Amino acid sequence: MDKNIYIYILIMGAVSYLIRAIPMTLLRKPIKNRFVKSFLYYVPYVTLAVMTFPAIINATGTPISGILALIVGIVTAAIGFNLIKVAVSCCVTVFIAELIITYLI
Amino acid sequence: MNAKYSFKENKKAFLAGLKDGFPIGLGYFAVAFSLGVLAKEAGLSAFQGFLASALCAASAGEYVAFTLIAANASYLEMAIATFVANARYLLMSCALSQKADPKMPFIHRPLSAMYVTDELFGISIAREGFFNPWYHYGGSLTAVPLWAIGTAAGVIAGNILPVSVVSALSVALYGMFMAVFIPPAKKDKVIAGLVVVSFLLSYIASILPVISNIAEGTRTIILTVIIAGAAAILFPRKDEEEVNANG
Repeated sequence: MDKNIYIYILIMGAVSYLIRAIPMTLLRKPIKNRFVKSFLYYVPYVTLAVMTFPAIINATGTPISGILALIVGIVTAAIGFNLIKVAVSCCVTVFIAELIITYLI
Repeated sequence: MNAKYSFKENKKAFLAGLKDGFPIGLGYFAVAFSLGVLAKEAGLSAFQGFLASALCAASAGEYVAFTLIAANASYLEMAIATFVANARYLLMSCALSQKADPKMPFIHRPLSAMYVTDELFGISIAREGFFNPWYHYGGSLTAVPLWAIGTAAGVIAGNILPVSVVSALSVALYGMFMAVFIPPAKKDKVIAGLVVVSFLLSYIASILPVISNIAEGTRTIILTVIIAGAAAILFPRKDEEEVNANG
């Protein structure tokens, strides 16, 4: 039986929304438990770090340009560049690196 | 009346959000474009791709969902797969709820929850002080339309962007992630150590047999729970630290 694409989209959207809305609307008082508080404090940093590496190396045309983008991202973020500047620095790095690789190698 | 809720402050936060949402939107556009190619293969029209992205705003979740549509899966499978692929947003939303001012008007909770994406969550949680819904709306307003338009563009125009441009744009997201976790890692040795451990375990999980077959979104949530859980046991935070870290 053929399924309706709009019903698929509705299910995707509803499940995605509920996952995000339930904790945000139900957890209205500060959590007192020290473990839970610490856990939630560490979650964003861990999850973003996990998603960055090694994905950044596989995202680009060649692993070398991905590694260079990783290094440039860490250095520019560490010296205090803002979000836009760090992101643009990484993009430019990959673009130039792949240009060099394409024409010199 | 608290100065934090003045119109002027909210407007400032909203504009800052619009600006910070832009590099995110850039990265979104590139990723969504490739997602659009997949959506087309699954039989979606440009409008349907746009709608799915505008409603879900989830890269891994949509990726899995489009694959399921292509396979003519059941609606129940769709619901379960979407839940698993997006489960990390449950954690992020919990974290965000703790950063919200208890006095924040309730309506902002269901509204701002709509676009708790990896990146928008990242910039909202990284801001000093309480969660500002207006900053989040600003970020969503530049980033999410680019995500949805990118998907539609991918459906329509498959391979128009040169490969080199797509490749360069694809690291914008990771640059943004680094801008979120590197500065606190510089100030806090525990976070610095966690970043190194996260990199290492994430890499190992991506090459180990069996584990590497688990979908990326699922691996992310498993690793997040293990690493952040271990850190919470080994390095529980004191209340004063919380105050310092959050301004």
